[in-house]
Amino acid sequence: MSLLIALLGERRSDRREFLRSAALGTAVVGGALAGFLPLPRAVEAQHLRPPGALDERDFLAACIKCGQCVQVCPVEAIKLADINEGFGVGVPYIGARDQACDFSCDAVQCVLACPTGALSHDLSAKEETRMGFARLAHPDLCLARQGLGFKGQARGGDFPGLHRYAAVDRWNPIPIADHPYDLPLCDLCVRECPIKDAIELAPMSDDPADPRRTPKVKDACVGCGMCEMICPTEPAAIVIDARRHPQQAGKEQTS
Amino acid sequence: MSGFFDSLAVMFGREPVKPTAPTEAAKALLAFKRTKEQVALRRKAIKEEKIHYTPSRKWRLRRWASIIIVNLLFVLSFQADIQLLEGALTASRFAGFHLADLNAALQVMLAYKHVVINLAIGAITVLIAWWLLGGRTFCSWACPYHLLGEIAEALHLKLAAKGWASDHPLHRGTRSVMYVVFAGLALVTGYTVFETINPVGILSRAMIYGAGLALAWVVLLLLIEVFYSRRFWCRYMCPVGLTYGLVGAAAAPVRITYNAENCLHEGECRKVCMVPHVLSMTRMSWNQDVKVDVGADCTRCGMCVEVCPTKALTFKVKGLEGLG
Repeated sequence: MSLLIALLGERRSDRREFLRSAALGTAVVGGALAGFLPLPRAVEAQHLRPPGALDERDFLAACIKCGQCVQVCPVEAIKLADINEGFGVGVPYIGARDQACDFSCDAVQCVLACPTGALSHDLSAKEETRMGFARLAHPDLCLARQGLGFKGQARGGDFPGLHRYAAVDRWNPIPIADHPYDLPLCDLCVRECPIKDAIELAPMSDDPADPRRTPKVKDACVGCGMCEMICPTEPAAIVIDARRHPQQAGKEQTS
Repeated sequence: MSGFFDSLAVMFGREPVKPTAPTEAAKALLAFKRTKEQVALRRKAIKEEKIHYTPSRKWRLRRWASIIIVNLLFVLSFQADIQLLEGALTASRFAGFHLADLNAALQVMLAYKHVVINLAIGAITVLIAWWLLGGRTFCSWACPYHLLGEIAEALHLKLAAKGWASDHPLHRGTRSVMYVVFAGLALVTGYTVFETINPVGILSRAMIYGAGLALAWVVLLLLIEVFYSRRFWCRYMCPVGLTYGLVGAAAAPVRITYNAENCLHEGECRKVCMVPHVLSMTRMSWNQDVKVDVGADCTRCGMCVEVCPTKALTFKVKGLEGLG
């Protein structure tokens, strides 16, 4: 009791002040923890992290939430998470369907911009990133699997997403809406993939007259999400599983 | 040296104490001030200044300009692509040179348990810069939350004057507890837990990258400050302030300094100060010496300098006294 009085003070106003301090201090810490608690669950990240991101746990620890990666991205693919999204206030992510990283910057600028190594400086080329792995989530929707072509703007006239078309402008990305296609067989996911040998279209039968082809994701896939962004079906037939490695993806397909 | 540890202890939450062994000069001045004529003169002078003295707004205007320019530089570097100060207040590059907020850098180091060279360079640069300027100078000259806090404080004082709100002070030691708790949480969870609710980072990012729901937290803090507890966040909670306080604690060149010879002990300075415990020496007989430097928790906001009618409190830059 004497300890309590020593701690809280003898005057009633002192005791009140102590209790007020304890209550409000606890509330502030509680608020901070409320923002943290969803994170351990989110270690199986639902969102893509920028190229070169460390494993989710280390990435969350190292990120200083300054947004320098956001500032250097030429297609503005990187966004900062808000308080209600449950994966770290101010932590960067990529929503590939809206705007994928297409490596327009050539030299993984976001990695070079990162001051804390949350985007690892061990990375020197785009082929070394591992943001995730592409997966044909809706085979039934895929136009190539139906033997269909594609004509028009890949994502409609009002889609704001950008992509660098080397044939149009080697240095500056342009809106996808400004670059309509006319393809006898839809091969957008293969055609616009920025990584060599990451995806191909494979025949679906031994019949050479059969026009149907299926997208086949190969181990070189880095999970940048370009295929998910460009896929003209709604929802996208092909998506990226964040943080998935080719070995993991392979295991799932065989099981 | 005891003054240094005293100023640290007071910053951590201890109440300031009356000096037990003031210098002979201080004692002599006190005895002089307590002579009958001096007491009468002082009373008369205080009456006079109440009628004639209006505080200047010089330092406040400079400070607000500084806060706005710093944060505008961040915003324009991205939005208008002038690329001078890229990043946010938590970490940035000034013309390519790394800068890192010391509290954010500390949280990352505790959570990640590695120190990347760029982060160390940024943190040390910022440490030296803010030490030269005085440590908590960051709070009142660069922090965007401080500006909002000042507006909330003005509203609070207006409401309080009408009896519609009253101040509920907290124990100042709360901030030290917060500091330890958030450092511990970063270490244990491996995540910069504090950054979730850090209004400095939230505001800075909102200005640069666009507003989000996280601003609701900042609004909540401001509402607490307007209606319940004056300067709640900056006074009792913010670990960032304590980090910068520690930076400036040891002999920072830019200081507010007190001269008891000029002081009439009106106490106006303590009324406007966000951290009035650093001005305990302005009470009659509480000054250790005739001239005393203000302690580590001081943000160098200059409000006491503006409000003092007799220039007992002034800015001082160590080594440049002769130039002023």
